[in-house]
Amino acid sequence: MTNLVWLTVALPLAGFLVNGTLALRRPQAKSLVSAVGVGVLLAAFAVALGIFVELWRNPPHAPIIVTLWSWLPVERLQVDLAFQVDQLSTVMLLVVTGVGSLIHLFSVGYMGEDPGYARYFAYLNLFIAFMLLLVLGSSFPVMFIGWEGVGLCSYLLIGFWFSEKANADAGLKAFIMNRIGDFGFLMAMFFIWRAFGNLNLVDVTSRAPQVLQPGGAIVTAITLFLFLGCTGKSAQIPLYTWLPDAMAGPTPVSALIHAATMVTAGVYLVARTNVLFAMAPVSSSVVAGIGALTALFAATIGLRQYDIKRVLAYSTVSQLGYMFLGVGTGAYVSGIFHLVTHAFFKALLFLGSGSVIYAMHHAYHATHSHEDAQDMRNMGGLKQYLPATFWLMLIATLAISGIPPFSGFFSKDEILAAAFARGREQPLYYAYYAMGILAALLTAFYMARLIAMTFLGSNRTGEKERAHLHEAPAVMTGPLVVLGVLSLAGGVLNLPAFVGGGAALERWLDPVVSPAERFFKLEMPHGQAELFLVGAAVAIGLLGLLAGFRSTLARPIPPARQAGADTGLARLLYRKYYVDELYDALIVRPIVWLSRIVLWKGVDQGVVDGAAVNGSARLSQGLGWLGSRLQTGQVGVYVVLFLVGALWVLSAVVR
Amino acid sequence: MTNAVFWFFAVLAVASAALCIVQRNPVSAALWLVSTMFSLAAIYVLLNAQFIAAIQVLVYAGAVMVLFLFVIMLLNLGHASSDIRGPSAIAATLVIVGLLLVELVGLWRYSPGRVAAEVAQAPGLRDPAAAFAAGMIARQDAVTHGVVGGIAAPLFQIYLVPFEITSILLLAAIIGAVVLAKRKV
Amino acid sequence: MLLGPALGLSAILFSLGVAGVLLRRNAIVLFMCVELMLNGVNLSFVAFSQLYGASGYIMVFFVMTVAAAEAAVGLAIILAIFRHKQSVDLQNINLLRG
Repeated sequence: MTNLVWLTVALPLAGFLVNGTLALRRPQAKSLVSAVGVGVLLAAFAVALGIFVELWRNPPHAPIIVTLWSWLPVERLQVDLAFQVDQLSTVMLLVVTGVGSLIHLFSVGYMGEDPGYARYFAYLNLFIAFMLLLVLGSSFPVMFIGWEGVGLCSYLLIGFWFSEKANADAGLKAFIMNRIGDFGFLMAMFFIWRAFGNLNLVDVTSRAPQVLQPGGAIVTAITLFLFLGCTGKSAQIPLYTWLPDAMAGPTPVSALIHAATMVTAGVYLVARTNVLFAMAPVSSSVVAGIGALTALFAATIGLRQYDIKRVLAYSTVSQLGYMFLGVGTGAYVSGIFHLVTHAFFKALLFLGSGSVIYAMHHAYHATHSHEDAQDMRNMGGLKQYLPATFWLMLIATLAISGIPPFSGFFSKDEILAAAFARGREQPLYYAYYAMGILAALLTAFYMARLIAMTFLGSNRTGEKERAHLHEAPAVMTGPLVVLGVLSLAGGVLNLPAFVGGGAALERWLDPVVSPAERFFKLEMPHGQAELFLVGAAVAIGLLGLLAGFRSTLARPIPPARQAGADTGLARLLYRKYYVDELYDALIVRPIVWLSRIVLWKGVDQGVVDGAAVNGSARLSQGLGWLGSRLQTGQVGVYVVLFLVGALWVLSAVVR
Repeated sequence: MTNAVFWFFAVLAVASAALCIVQRNPVSAALWLVSTMFSLAAIYVLLNAQFIAAIQVLVYAGAVMVLFLFVIMLLNLGHASSDIRGPSAIAATLVIVGLLLVELVGLWRYSPGRVAAEVAQAPGLRDPAAAFAAGMIARQDAVTHGVVGGIAAPLFQIYLVPFEITSILLLAAIIGAVVLAKRKV
Repeated sequence: MLLGPALGLSAILFSLGVAGVLLRRNAIVLFMCVELMLNGVNLSFVAFSQLYGASGYIMVFFVMTVAAAEAAVGLAIILAIFRHKQSVDLQNINLLRG
């Protein structure tokens, strides 16, 4: 089954081609589109399961490479289109195809009435194909194809409803910021090529200790550039501003791309090249630091957002920060673990919010109202109208807040414990731990605020709309239930010792991360310290939840159309610390000025058009005019010229 | 004696030429040119080119200049107002003629007299022309075959083709002159 | 041996001819100055003939012939122009202006 791994990429790609053709020719063939779109993904998931079972029976010590063909045979550079099947890629494979299938299924209901239905599924399938190429790629260039491809699909899907300029702008913003990160990835590839002579992952990770100097400049440069790529793709500081704007796309897209899969590509990359990061403690510290800072920073912004998807977007940025904190600390398994559990509960949260938005949208549509269906101030008390959604989102909220026995508790706790443990050797990590704990508090707070504003309290939607609020159809709630179960029980993947678990994921991923552990072995806390940390995390989570519920439900909330503007600190948070405006002033405007005034008016119109093109024409004209002055038609002048010429010839003899 | 005659006619030639180019009246200019040609003929005789001197008087002074005079009379030009071009032309003239003289003086280096004087190591050669064999042969020819024969022999033997072509040229010139000068073509 | 002075005279005559060509406006007189130039050159040829044999005389012969032919044709052209423009002033002959 392992050598059929290419099917996982080929099937969604075929789905893209079929759905794309249908989108161009017969967009109204919705059932065929659904069948193809969801079907290919379920088939890919089946293949992924098969591969997993096969690896479970015979765990390989080295990655299995399945080569399709030779792609770039250029003298010394030999890049094949090949897939790398090992424990880590299998985990990612399962997550992408599994959660992807659920979201595809959800989309059948959510996007059912959209005229661009076929186009949507075409793009979604294409995205899955690229994402799998990314996680299965056996060399950096193949991974880069996937890296770029998911960026492209992200752009296509964010700007799906492109007739609204704001949506198209959001797509463009995402793509451009991703590109800045891609520059980092490319630079890292150049450095790696120079140092190693080839770009295969297996080769690089196995030979890294011999080729590079631990703690040296080159390995630090490589890892920092790789991390630059990660900040772009995974929305960390400073390249995170595209993710909240990306909420302009359809909600299932936000769930799939901007929660579960694409944004986790950065974490996967760090985990994949763990040897390099372990050899560069400076870079690891940078990764962990930025992760912790982003986690805290984004959490503060999420406190004061009113759009339900925005809150979840900042929550995603924050949780990605946690993942980077994990892999930066050296706890690669914990980072991946949090990636998996986050995929479950974040997808659930997004899809649940999609369910809510679906209901609100229908209600407003029925009464021809123009209110914002996504503004939480217009919601409230939806528990009685959408009970299933409520309970499932509550599960996800508890998971994200780190309450046992939900999955999020185990993964988040591990990361925080790792940060604390590393602090013993590098005290800076204590600061990271503190930021992480604070972020956990805020996470619980804003999630509770979200639940309270949306589902609890009294309904603010409006008298007439209330009659139209109802639960989403089964095709949408079914995936929610599955994700709910996973969010609840996902912790079993890596149960720590103190609850009697066998740390299954840790053992599973051990061959992948063991090269890194030769450079730095993380001493996780045991016994008393461990229990203390666990207790602290749980306490913080509960505290945040309670505080959030209480403070949100304490006062009545005015609906959006009646709400006044925020002031002071609330306003700062609501306006995201004005970071977008800052980027605009510092970077965007100077570049636009440079392009328009200097390069366009100055260089292109002035120099190229004016001097070079028109100038040379004028020069010929001038020379021609000079020449024409000789043709006076007066014989006397001709005689003079004749004599001058004769003198000149004579002078050749007189030397 | 030869030198004195030469200098006399040389001065006469230069003066006539100078007067020719500044005369306002075209007829006067033509007549002064005739005077120059006569002086040149005399100098040719001194240079042992008697036949050429005769031809000069017959053809040049006799035929060509008469043709010029005919045309001048025919056109009835009379006295033109100042015929010399403006100051810019005078300036250009000075420059060009100056350069010309400089270059011609520069060619003096190749004067065979000097070359012969350097090459011919033989002392006591009163006439440097003796160093040049071809010239001596020509002089011999002139003595044996006569002056005309000395020219005719090469003309009809070595230079026969140019001679024939020249006759065609003359034919073309005649036809051309007739056609161009006709009143109605 | 009159070579040196003869050549000098030839140079002066030629220069005078050039000066005349540059200075005069009347086409016929211009032509005459050209004839003067040719005469100067003829003198030069004859002077060198003493040293280099009969070739010089032959050259002079041909120069004279061609000068005669040229004078005929040239004067015919001037006649034709005069009929057209009623003047042989060089400045009026500018139909070739480009």
